[in-house]
Amino acid sequence: MTSLRPDLAIIAKNVRPGSRILDVGCGDGQLMAALRDHKQVDARGLELDARDVATAVSRGLSVIQGDADTDLAAYPDGSFDYAILSQTLQTTKRPDLVLDHLLRIGREAFVSFPNFAQWRIRFAHMFGGQMPVTEQLPHRWYDTPNIHHVTIDDFRAFLKERGVIIEGQWFLSGNKPRKEGMANLLAQHAVFLLRR
Amino acid sequence: MAGRMQGDERFGLDRKIRLLGPVKLDSGAEFAPIDFAYETYGMLNAEKSNAILICHALTGDQYVASTHPVTGKNGWWTRMVGPDKPIDPARYCIISINVMGSCMGSSGPASIDPSTGGAYGMAFPVITIPDMVRAQAILLDHLGIETLAAVVGGSMGGMQALSWAALYPDRVRSAVVIASTARHSAQNIAFHEVGRQAIMADPRWNNGAYYGREAPASGLAVARMAAHITYLSEAGLTEKFGRRLQNRDAKSFGFDADFQVESYLRYQGLSFVDRFDANSYLYITRAMDYFDLADMHEGVLAKAFAATKSRFCLISFDSDWLYPTAESRRIVHALNAAGAAASFIELSSPFGHDSFLLDAPEMNRIVDGFLRAGEGQ
Repeated sequence: MTSLRPDLAIIAKNVRPGSRILDVGCGDGQLMAALRDHKQVDARGLELDARDVATAVSRGLSVIQGDADTDLAAYPDGSFDYAILSQTLQTTKRPDLVLDHLLRIGREAFVSFPNFAQWRIRFAHMFGGQMPVTEQLPHRWYDTPNIHHVTIDDFRAFLKERGVIIEGQWFLSGNKPRKEGMANLLAQHAVFLLRR
Repeated sequence: MAGRMQGDERFGLDRKIRLLGPVKLDSGAEFAPIDFAYETYGMLNAEKSNAILICHALTGDQYVASTHPVTGKNGWWTRMVGPDKPIDPARYCIISINVMGSCMGSSGPASIDPSTGGAYGMAFPVITIPDMVRAQAILLDHLGIETLAAVVGGSMGGMQALSWAALYPDRVRSAVVIASTARHSAQNIAFHEVGRQAIMADPRWNNGAYYGREAPASGLAVARMAAHITYLSEAGLTEKFGRRLQNRDAKSFGFDADFQVESYLRYQGLSFVDRFDANSYLYITRAMDYFDLADMHEGVLAKAFAATKSRFCLISFDSDWLYPTAESRRIVHALNAAGAAASFIELSSPFGHDSFLLDAPEMNRIVDGFLRAGEGQ
């Protein structure tokens, strides 16, 4: 599982072997395949992009072409041990409703997202006066799929407001894990493990 | 193992068998004996674990990948079935059965009723899609095949694949459902009713008693023409024909087939009547119209799949307005609710419902990967 994207590697490491997972925004199924092959996980996926779905299905994964904003309602309560939303939260129309569904469908939920308060992004905005274009967020304002940028502190405040319990949290700078201290300023990515 | 089936008359091309049955029909009636016309390609392995059933569409038949005896044309799904294709006889024992109610050798309204010595005609019982599947299960019992590695079908074939998984949850490991639906919509029923009325309005139909006389060919041709439009898309028709005229420079100011599209449809209608029985068309369209898998499960589609252990792969096409993507999505939602392992993808093609019969490399790639992943089970 060494070739996984760092946030996916964190999720993969912390998923219980033999569990049932739903990967929302699963892309071509990289994480699902790793979990299936190394942790005997029963993995299901949801992905918007047809080409990614075709690749995932031809790898033998169970992936449905659909939209996190509209298709999660069809999944029954508590039907998975984990619902996973990696690098997808900021692309949804209603991240709040998507999170509600994740915590309803999965007994626990992994959520990873790029931290919009990381200092490079703050600097680009403060001194450049333009929407930041960074290595981690390479899109321009008009073509970005990220329509709901969020910071680590925003996300924590949101969880608190909703009474969602944080079971675990991990932070990344580049590909390296970093400590929790000053994560909102220093971390590029965050991974949360949540439950109701 | 290679010689396992040699000399076994049950397997091979152009097989025919009469079985005692009976098939218990949804109408409450029982039907017996049942004739089956079917083909098999490839060898059943020692574990009998590599059988794939291919279910055909309304006007399809068992000649999936071999020459059609009437038209002389290649099989209807040689793009999917054959050497080095996703469904390869080198790996699978492939079975295709003419559905009950049809006219290519399995029991249907044109078959001889042993109790009268004449054709059944309208005395043939009204059947449903699940009835077709129950009949197929009787043939598979005869072939000694308990479990299917996969049931694969497009259009009405997909309805059978869904019904297989619902009726025989332990006998189906994987189901591939392409360009299909779990129920016929009002619009689907409406188009079929146009076709049936065209047949029944043909005086030669004679309440179905036309065997040995002239068949209601003009009625059946019109039925086919109307249905054929639903298999294509507006964009496809525009691209293929536009408003181009047929073998003429100007409009005739008459009712000849001035337009290429008219000439094409007339040809489709006329060539169809050579290979299809009008009563079979009535019975099979009726079976499709009656089809609503949720209806049999208190209106909840997910309940149809409650016991299923099958993996499912659904594919729809964006230009298919006969069984649009929304219908596949409805099935997928039900499968999710039932906790079944389901995959679904909408593919892009300009050719409407018929896309599944045409060259679709992405469809082949998906089916290939899906079936291979099931082989390890």
